[in-house]
Amino acid sequence: MTQLTMGKALNEGLRRAMADDPRVLVMGEDIGRLGGVFRITDGLLDEFGPQRIVDTPLAEAGIMGTAVGLAYRGYRPVVEIQFDGFVYPAFDQIVCQVAKLHYRTRGNVRMPLTIRIPWAGGVGAAEHHSESPEAYFVHTSGLRVVAVSQPQDAYTMLRQAIASDDPVVFFEPKRLYHSKGDVDLDLPLADAPPMGLARVARAGTDVTVLAYGAQVMTALDAATAAEDDGISLEVIDLRSLSPVDYRTVAASVRKTGRVVVTHEAAREAGLGAELIASITEKCFHHLESAPVRVTGHDIPYPPAKLEKYHLPDLDRILDAVDRVLDRPNSLTGVQL
Amino acid sequence: MTRTLNPAADLATDTEDVARLLTAEGERIADPALDPFVADVTAEDLRALYRDMTLVRRIDIEGVALQRQGQVGLWAPCQGQEATQVGTARALRADDFAFPSYREIGVNFVRGAKPADFVLAWRGEEHSTFDPYEINTATPQIIIGAQTLHAVGYAMGIQRDGCDQVSATYFGDGATSQGDVNEAMVFASSFRAPVVFVCTNNQYAISEPVTVQAKFPIAGRAPGFGIPSLRVDGNDVLACLAAMRWAVDHARSGGGPAFIEAVTYRIGPHTTSDDPTRYRDKDEVERWRRRDPIARVEAHLRARGEFDDAFADQVQADADALGAEVRAACLGAVSRPPIGVLDHVYEEPHSGLEEQRVAFAAYLDGFADAAHGAEAVR
Repeated sequence: MTQLTMGKALNEGLRRAMADDPRVLVMGEDIGRLGGVFRITDGLLDEFGPQRIVDTPLAEAGIMGTAVGLAYRGYRPVVEIQFDGFVYPAFDQIVCQVAKLHYRTRGNVRMPLTIRIPWAGGVGAAEHHSESPEAYFVHTSGLRVVAVSQPQDAYTMLRQAIASDDPVVFFEPKRLYHSKGDVDLDLPLADAPPMGLARVARAGTDVTVLAYGAQVMTALDAATAAEDDGISLEVIDLRSLSPVDYRTVAASVRKTGRVVVTHEAAREAGLGAELIASITEKCFHHLESAPVRVTGHDIPYPPAKLEKYHLPDLDRILDAVDRVLDRPNSLTGVQL
Repeated sequence: MTRTLNPAADLATDTEDVARLLTAEGERIADPALDPFVADVTAEDLRALYRDMTLVRRIDIEGVALQRQGQVGLWAPCQGQEATQVGTARALRADDFAFPSYREIGVNFVRGAKPADFVLAWRGEEHSTFDPYEINTATPQIIIGAQTLHAVGYAMGIQRDGCDQVSATYFGDGATSQGDVNEAMVFASSFRAPVVFVCTNNQYAISEPVTVQAKFPIAGRAPGFGIPSLRVDGNDVLACLAAMRWAVDHARSGGGPAFIEAVTYRIGPHTTSDDPTRYRDKDEVERWRRRDPIARVEAHLRARGEFDDAFADQVQADADALGAEVRAACLGAVSRPPIGVLDHVYEEPHSGLEEQRVAFAAYLDGFADAAHGAEAVR
């Protein structure tokens, strides 16, 4: 076990994946000499050379489209999109090509791309640098979507994503790049939990809190705080957003009967809507109260000084817990 | 030294400003730049190109007929563009890789597509039929210009493998307005990728004339990206072969990308759903019919005494046989079973989709009592 930041764990995951398979290459803006704006590719240019650590022209559609061509040729490109809000120029190539080529060619052409996206808010950044676009990708059939919340997962899930023969959109919460945790660098991939499984981050009995990415930490903080009030929260780190591990989710909901879902992304047609719809279908008779979403507001991402009013924090999660437990809460007596 | 380009306003439509080896009447004229690339081309080779083009036209005729008879939903005709497609594709090696658009019937034919491959996608049976790795040709692309980036990426892979293959990408004049095509040229140039850009300027993007896309010859854009280019008569199969050989040689020998603008004309509609009488006049179409690429090479060969009616009859018989094969492949198509709609989305199991498969299968099972369960579901 080694103590690593999530950023360093990702760096080690890339290094290991590239060492394991010569067909893996990394493409993106400023990933070479600079090591990426978050230094996730630090040192890799020296180790693997410019044929495998490719500083590209500043064009996201171009990066994604050429990665498709490299995959056609049998390579396994890892594409770094510099910031979440810069992925949209590549959206057409992702939706129309990356996601569909396997289906279009009846499996003859594989698209083993890994699309790494430094993701979401809470870092005081400029506009377009704090977005949560995951629902667009979850909605797109043909993609797998994952979001990591701790260094060990960052290390193993990145390697699993690269080893997958399907395209994977890999969300890395910027807010957690510097968070530390134990990482077993020698953990065989076969022994690691599969990429598609959720993780019970904290066991509990009263309310299930579903979270992913940096919100897992917020949910865990909420669970600690709730404990003081004698409320036991079970926090589930979804890890995989497509597919969602409904086996783990449903097992928890059947136990607690109460659900809070939290994400930074806006509420309207967000992942929370899908999660609660599916939970309602699967666990209707186990639910003791209506599930509640704690999400970003339905607004464009706000200026940095205001983001604390946008991001769902510990207190908003606790308020939602009060709602599903039918305890006094901010909406008591409020007509919506 | 820099030179300011100051083109005449109508250059984009000046279809005579092209490299050419055969005139519309079939006369062989010299072009010092292109001649060396076709010095080895014999009369027999030209007859083979004639045959290719005639067979491609026959596939096209069959496709239009099948659409009119309701057997395919749509067809994108290539009539008039046979020389561009066949001439350029014949310059590729079998192990090179082509990235065509949806109209490149002739390219796919030359690369080795089978009769069923021309019709089953338009019939709606499959999005594509041939395995791209069997004929080294990508699934025809419908998103305008997207395939140009794939060709560049593929060429970047060729570079990394240390091979002397090239990739070639086909797109239209309309596609040159897309960001993808411009980004493809940036990436190709920056990485000196062994890729050939073949722009088929057929004068129209559905209804919009090329002047909406460009006020300057399209081939003139490539040098701005650091890519050498050639503007060629797209109805002259010999010139198309020569230009493509030049471009492929350039890319294969480590010179980086090359660009060809083949100036031609789409004689038919954009697709069978289109009505071109709304946006172009008969005289224009007639003018281009007189530049027919197949008649041109026939006239050339006849003048040389290298073409007779017996050969023409044999080619026509071959073409009719191919047309019949295309028709038979279309009419004999067997649709996937209903549950098959869920196949091939992922390479590895996806629990969400697997759950839907179980549910859909259970639903379909409810029709098992009917004699034809699948029919009932439809």
